[in-house]
Amino acid sequence: MSKRIEVRDLNVFYGNFKAVADVSLTIEPKTVTAFIGPSGCGKSTFLRTLNRMHEVIPGAYVEGEVLIDGENLYAANTDPVEVRRQVGMVFQRPNPFPTMSIRDNVLAGVKLNNNRISKSDADDLVKKSLQGANLWKEVKDRLDKPGSSLSGGQQQRLCIARAIAVSPDVLLMDEPCSALDPISTLAIEDLIDELKSDFTIVIVTHNMQQASRVSDKTAFFNIEGTGMPGRLIEYGDTRTIFERPSVQATEDYISGRFG
Amino acid sequence: MPVAPSATRPRSRQRPGDVLFSGAALAAGILILVALAAVTIFLIAQALPAFTANPADVSKDGRGFWSFVVPLVFGTIWAAALALLIALPLSIGIALFISHYAPRRVAVTLGYIVDLLAAVPSVVFGLWGITVLAPAMQPVYVWLVDNLGWIPLFAGPVSGTGRTVLTVAIVLAVMILPIITALSREVFLQTPRLHEEAALALGATRWEMIRMAVLPFGRPGLISATMLGLGRALGETMAVAMVLSPSVIISFALLTSQNPTTIAANIALNFPEASGIGVNVLIATGLVLFLITLLVNSLARFIINRRKDFSGAN
Repeated sequence: MSKRIEVRDLNVFYGNFKAVADVSLTIEPKTVTAFIGPSGCGKSTFLRTLNRMHEVIPGAYVEGEVLIDGENLYAANTDPVEVRRQVGMVFQRPNPFPTMSIRDNVLAGVKLNNNRISKSDADDLVKKSLQGANLWKEVKDRLDKPGSSLSGGQQQRLCIARAIAVSPDVLLMDEPCSALDPISTLAIEDLIDELKSDFTIVIVTHNMQQASRVSDKTAFFNIEGTGMPGRLIEYGDTRTIFERPSVQATEDYISGRFG
Repeated sequence: MPVAPSATRPRSRQRPGDVLFSGAALAAGILILVALAAVTIFLIAQALPAFTANPADVSKDGRGFWSFVVPLVFGTIWAAALALLIALPLSIGIALFISHYAPRRVAVTLGYIVDLLAAVPSVVFGLWGITVLAPAMQPVYVWLVDNLGWIPLFAGPVSGTGRTVLTVAIVLAVMILPIITALSREVFLQTPRLHEEAALALGATRWEMIRMAVLPFGRPGLISATMLGLGRALGETMAVAMVLSPSVIISFALLTSQNPTTIAANIALNFPEASGIGVNVLIATGLVLFLITLLVNSLARFIINRRKDFSGAN
């Protein structure tokens, strides 16, 4: 289920603008990797290249390779739709489909792949996914209510349930807690810890404590100035990055001297 | 904390701008209600004699008002429903193309053209229906009757002029297409980007994303747009009056020269020569049209409200 991600010499462009330059890193299976860095440093953009979601913006393209267990996401015959079915994503703001019930939200991705899922299989999958997202107990009596009737934290866990229901190899999280209160944030962090036994998780966060709490590895991105591309400055074990960073910029950032 | 027993609650200061604006808004709201009430009262007052009069005076066959109005009601709904059946899928297709498929420049141009089409007066559409569409469709109708005549809809004898209820429906469809397209395009464009990305991130293709996020989100707006189009088709007068030679019948056959006519067209054609109770009868048919439109709109409201929790508005 979980797979290794290897990124080689990746450049990301929006039209003529180079947003991210020369990123190479390897993410091990069943780990949590945190991307930190100041706003605009390209960490979210880079995250989105891991499931080709950056292509939603017209004119965006990449140079370089992203390999998931050896298979290049950007090979000529690779379909971005297939990539996104393997690499799930959770967004900054909870975005369950408001027009669907809680149950249908969980099944949304599954029904794309296989419309003929039997009702009992669907029920099992809904239960399993919601349990996996620590949401089952809270919603099991109101699965037919709209997803938008839940609180923000519950909605975000519903989005996680929706993402893991399709059994992806990798789960990308783009600042998943930035719109949530501290208690909901804690619930998501606990969940991330449980999920890493099944998935390779990559999380973008602005919250340094969060990065140090949930991640095994941390990547620090920075930008030299406006109009310049973001770069990967330092990548290593979270402990090392937070306790003995080898680059001055990393230390300045995590100690709060800028950004 | 102790609550001070105050006799007067603090009032926000009344600013002249606020007072003026809220007054103006209130007046505008009241004006709408007054206009609607005036029209309703006029219709009912003028229609009443038609219901109470001697049946022999009301219609030529002497069977009274209801047997006169029922075929017209049928014709009105039949023509409008056919028009909607043609226009709705086309409109949704065009709107989706503009909002989600076309390159920006093409989308903008196409949007202008659609808006322009909405500005064409209905009498022009009527002329186009008579002089261009009817002759052009006539051979098609002949073929349909010859080959598919066993389907009751396409039963013969075929009209020699092409001026059939199907021609009317096509003209009406072209007329309501722009308004439905323009409104649905706006609705589709308002789909939150977050929901579209949620669908794409699950591995949806563009079409699956539209089915999963755009169409469900736009559903209430789509229904409103459809109702506006339907309202226009129900009430359309000139195009129908020009294309059809009226006969007061109920018939589902699309291609014959015997076609049901609509309430609005019937009023337009007969009003100049009507006198006495005849005027009241025509106004009474107008009242019926008014009620049909009201009913259609309430139905749409009902459908929208039934799924309110799932509308995405919360």
